[in-house]
Amino acid sequence: MSEVDELPRFPFPADAALEPPAEWAQLRSKCPVAHVKLASGDVAALLTRHEDVRNVLSDPRFTRPTPGDDAARIADSEGGGIYNSDMAEVIPQHGEAHLTWRRGIGKWFTAKRMNALRPGIAVMAEQLIDEMVAKGAPADLKASLGFPLPVWVICDMLGVPDTDRDRFSHWSDTMLSMTRYSAAEMKAAEQEFWRYMAAHIAAKREQPGDDLLSALITDPEPMSDRTLIATGIGLLIAGHETTANMITKMVAMLLSDRSRWEQLLADPSLVRTAVEESLRLDANLGVGLARYLTEEIEIGGVVLPAGTTAMCGMAAANRDEDAFERASEMDLSRSPNPHLAFGAGAHACLGQPLARTELQVVLEVLLRRLPSLDLAVDVEDLRRVEGLVVGGLVELPVRW
Amino acid sequence: MKITVDQDKCCGAGTCVLLAPDVFDQRDEDGIVVLLDAEPPAELHPLVREAASVCPAAAISVSS
Ligand code: HEM
Ligand code: SF4
Repeated sequence: MSEVDELPRFPFPADAALEPPAEWAQLRSKCPVAHVKLASGDVAALLTRHEDVRNVLSDPRFTRPTPGDDAARIADSEGGGIYNSDMAEVIPQHGEAHLTWRRGIGKWFTAKRMNALRPGIAVMAEQLIDEMVAKGAPADLKASLGFPLPVWVICDMLGVPDTDRDRFSHWSDTMLSMTRYSAAEMKAAEQEFWRYMAAHIAAKREQPGDDLLSALITDPEPMSDRTLIATGIGLLIAGHETTANMITKMVAMLLSDRSRWEQLLADPSLVRTAVEESLRLDANLGVGLARYLTEEIEIGGVVLPAGTTAMCGMAAANRDEDAFERASEMDLSRSPNPHLAFGAGAHACLGQPLARTELQVVLEVLLRRLPSLDLAVDVEDLRRVEGLVVGGLVELPVRW
Repeated sequence: MKITVDQDKCCGAGTCVLLAPDVFDQRDEDGIVVLLDAEPPAELHPLVREAASVCPAAAISVSS
């Protein structure tokens, strides 16, 4: 026990909201496979190099921990966190079954569909910015734009009323808890979300609409009801939480050194690469991705036995000097940019074309509508969301 | 330049299509990659190289 007590606690505390903890660079160079203690007290092997993180995430033998595995738990509550939820159990995580599940929803996230959604997303972004401007500066960009935009997009796609957003955003925060909520609260949120989605799917069955869930219900080879419900919940959580946070963090990074904003104003064709560079340099993407090692592997000369939980530190990997030149610098024209913010391999973010589209559209519209946008507080005063497995800022006060 | 794609590896994330729509497409039924042009003109080579290097499934190979 005492050995475990001496291990560094992960995630590492960070002093500044947009900057990485010093431990990452040290670990990358000296200890690329580091044993750390998670919020639960369980031990995991933390990977911080780009090559190692990419290799483990792309290795078809390994996947996310599922409740049956004896994996390290992410959260400090008795339940152990999101990987131990019913949702993680119901959605197939392995091999053919996962591939079939993924391909069934893949057609809703093709680049073609995203290009078709683009004008609608732009209109919504304009409308939200109008409302923010009407209320006057300073405003919280997260509450006014970063959060409501992706919620509207994913609700529209799933055919769920976005007026319920405060309810499912609360359930989602609770289910993504690392240290903030108790096991009982997490269970209750999951059950309420489950009932909500079950009722919604029953209603769609009666009266199908032109949306993703209706299409899955009426598919000639439909998923089981439990899988449908878990998929609906999974998409609703995945579709709003990370994107809302990323919109906010991206704008914060670009405004924290205003020469970046000015570079974009002068050359808006940099929007695409600027979005990728913001994803790469996000020092606050959350705890990272866990992989349960079902077989022994060797990483950087260290043998990890079967039964190890590997924590893939994508944010640390994204600053690896061996993978990116001048890795700590924000280069808005960096290309190619093989960052790992969306993971890699068979589980790589399915919603990444949607997330990219939303981030690009928000940035384009903000540059056009509010060229004078600026932070309304000092960068030092920005605060991180604490205690969830996903990272974000509490708020982003701006003026224009 | 000669491009090959491995449809078994592709995870349908569409990154390649967003970058180079003249070279890559996705099947409508499941989003898996379809190669439109295995030997694209020189002006597209940088974007194709970028697509190959950022493909999350390493499903795109390029030989010169
Ligand atoms: C900036 C925004 C986003 C980020 C940073 C992000 C990040 C990620 C990451 C890192 C994974 C990999 C999980 C793993 O390997 O264990 C993932 C998976 C996933 N994401 Fe995203 N995501 C974002 C937006 C979205 C959106 C908008 C959707 C759409 C609904 C979405 C849907 C999914 C789904 C369904 C998976 C699971 C894929 C699978 O297991 O096969 N994500 N995301
Ligand atoms: S980028 Fe790679 S994984 Fe994504 S669609 Fe293209 S080939 Fe498939």
